[in-house]
Amino acid sequence: MTWQRPLRTAILLFCILFFITGIVYPLFVTCVAELAFPSQAHGSLVRNGSGAVMGSELIGLPFTGPHYFEGRPSSTPGSPYNATRSGGSNLGPSNPALLVKVKERIRHLETLGISGPWPGDLVTSSGSGLDPHLTIDAALLQVPVVAHARGMDEDAVMALVYQNAVPDPLSQGHPYVNVFALNRALDEHGVP
Amino acid sequence: MPAANPVFDVTLFILFLIIVTGAAVLAGRYLAAVFSGSLTWAPFSRIEHALFRLVGTSPEQEESWQGYARDLLIFNALGFLILFLILLLQGILPLNPQQVPGFSLIDALNIAVSFVTNTNWQVYSGEASANYFTQVLGLTVQNFLSAATGICVAIAVMRGHTRKMTDRIGNFWVDMTRAVLYVLLPLACIAALILLSQGVIQNFDPSLKTTGYGGTGSQTIAMGPVASQEAIKELGTNGGGFFNANSAHPYENPTSFSNLFEIFLILLIPAALPFTFGIISGQKRQGWALYAVMMMLFVASLGTMYASELSGNPSRALQDVPGVSMEGKEVRFGLSGTALFSTSTTATACGAVNAMHDSLTPLGGLVPMFLILLGEVVFGGVGSGFATMIAFVIVAVFIAGLMIGRTPEYLAKKVEIFEMKMALIAILIPGILVLVFVGIGVVIEGGLLGIFNPGPHGLSEIVYAFASMANNNGSAFAGLNAALPFYTLSGAVVMVIGRYVPAIAMLALAGTMARKKTIPPGPGTLPTASPSFVLWLIAVILIIGALTFFPLFAMGPIAEHFALAGGL
Repeated sequence: MTWQRPLRTAILLFCILFFITGIVYPLFVTCVAELAFPSQAHGSLVRNGSGAVMGSELIGLPFTGPHYFEGRPSSTPGSPYNATRSGGSNLGPSNPALLVKVKERIRHLETLGISGPWPGDLVTSSGSGLDPHLTIDAALLQVPVVAHARGMDEDAVMALVYQNAVPDPLSQGHPYVNVFALNRALDEHGVP
Repeated sequence: MPAANPVFDVTLFILFLIIVTGAAVLAGRYLAAVFSGSLTWAPFSRIEHALFRLVGTSPEQEESWQGYARDLLIFNALGFLILFLILLLQGILPLNPQQVPGFSLIDALNIAVSFVTNTNWQVYSGEASANYFTQVLGLTVQNFLSAATGICVAIAVMRGHTRKMTDRIGNFWVDMTRAVLYVLLPLACIAALILLSQGVIQNFDPSLKTTGYGGTGSQTIAMGPVASQEAIKELGTNGGGFFNANSAHPYENPTSFSNLFEIFLILLIPAALPFTFGIISGQKRQGWALYAVMMMLFVASLGTMYASELSGNPSRALQDVPGVSMEGKEVRFGLSGTALFSTSTTATACGAVNAMHDSLTPLGGLVPMFLILLGEVVFGGVGSGFATMIAFVIVAVFIAGLMIGRTPEYLAKKVEIFEMKMALIAILIPGILVLVFVGIGVVIEGGLLGIFNPGPHGLSEIVYAFASMANNNGSAFAGLNAALPFYTLSGAVVMVIGRYVPAIAMLALAGTMARKKTIPPGPGTLPTASPSFVLWLIAVILIIGALTFFPLFAMGPIAEHFALAGGL
């Protein structure tokens, strides 16, 4: 069995396939992305009136109540919703630290004047630590507090929650809202 | 409060699996055409011939199994070397807007092995420590090539079982080229565009600093060429995420539709291979029989995972948080999208995750571990799982043959001692690796230090780690500190052995099967496409897979479940 000939073939074929899959393919995808989906390709960014990037439609932000709806807890390293270090807590179901964190979160929500029973997503951290969404239930739970803090009518705030439900046909049984979009709608709607 | 809608979810599962099956049948036909060389379109075949001439081969020059294995190993070794160098040198390579330094020697070793073996076990956090050069020219390239390597093995095994009285099982260079250019590349291009439309990013921008909104303060968002990598990551059942959070990250998997689409990509080629086998062997029923085995195991696993997650964390201390346990899960996927993803990624050798498996309920977390330890035969990886499934078939045929007192045969060929040895090597090597290294991991300090979650769950973390590496899956109970030297070094060894020893054993099996004469079926022939054989094969898979690891399941996830439910 010879080794030189296959080695030569391997090197040549590797170079060709390296060029095609490592250079041509990503360049093709990048070009099409620039032409067909420029906004998505650069991160679905949300800009303010003067054109500065406020955030991304897809990446959650660490909002704090009671003037804004709070998103899910985040376990990213350093600070919550750290979009340079995504990740979850990895706390196992039997880890006492999970219980401690959930109880802490519940205590925080209770100081805002919110009470249970608690929708799971409102008191646990997401897999990415950047989850931009919240279930409708978890948002509705915060409506009285937000409405009170802003001096708004509860029904009006509740209507905003429903208006901002993500139109997702696959979300039967678990409708959800984008927290960033909901909070922007809140500001557009009335005085903060 | 309704956190999930089981009726809708089950309907969704059924529709989804019907679509996957339909697509797999079509893809199976396409694969059969590609690898039998009957896909001829003049302009393509001219380019193809020029390419083969350039590299010094031709489709007519077929190899024995030894030659095929040699070519495969040389090509993979070369891929390893290049990737290893890229990882070490990324600090001085271009496309590095975040000024990321090179990897340390042992991390580079682990990552290079991991991506060349199609494992994509990640000791690093993608957005923090891999630059765009590494992600695109290092990792994405290997996502293609390692997946194509798996397809080559599967195709060679199919040829071995369907040819007679020859020692030739194909030309590795031709199979590799066709797997990349005709199968993976076009599908990846289409998939990348669909993912882009959903919001997956694709750019070479540096990280972006935002102003924040409503008192959140500024946020820095990691960017990068994600879509091109995401598409092949799922399609090639590689699973190595661009970001640390993998497919849970909104830029990798932005919507519930992108989620289902990624699951579809993960399952497509593995599910197509049984049908390819049916066509190549000229007996479509054989392909359907294998597919039925896979589907039944898949549905049972999915059901278990869904039910366990639906009932939530069994801990009584969390009674005021009813419903689905959402720790480590994303809202947009819903329970159905999460359970389907977690089951698919471990039924195959993918290992991408859209939820943190470490935070699944005890029995929900048992399902991925169980599927990986079965050898990922349920659909399997792109290629490698199919080969292992054939090994199980050989063993099932052999045992059945002994029980009914006939010479064991498969596809009209006698199964003899050498084939049994090779099949058992392919099946048992990953299991032996898991048992040995878990054994070492739980007694030495370097292993125990890595545990993140206390109690039985800590054992689960170590079992999952070695299961994942030995079977080239790549998902993790990610609390485990995989960056410890014990895990990086032993992991590299485990991944190499777990990938290449079974692959070579299966090529050897294919080589000897190809040499045999076919014998006409007689009244004593065991029909291997019958429902009873399907059930028998499932039983063999479960007996070997489940019994080998039952003590570990009992001491890990099962003990954890009862401890929680009992309020300990």
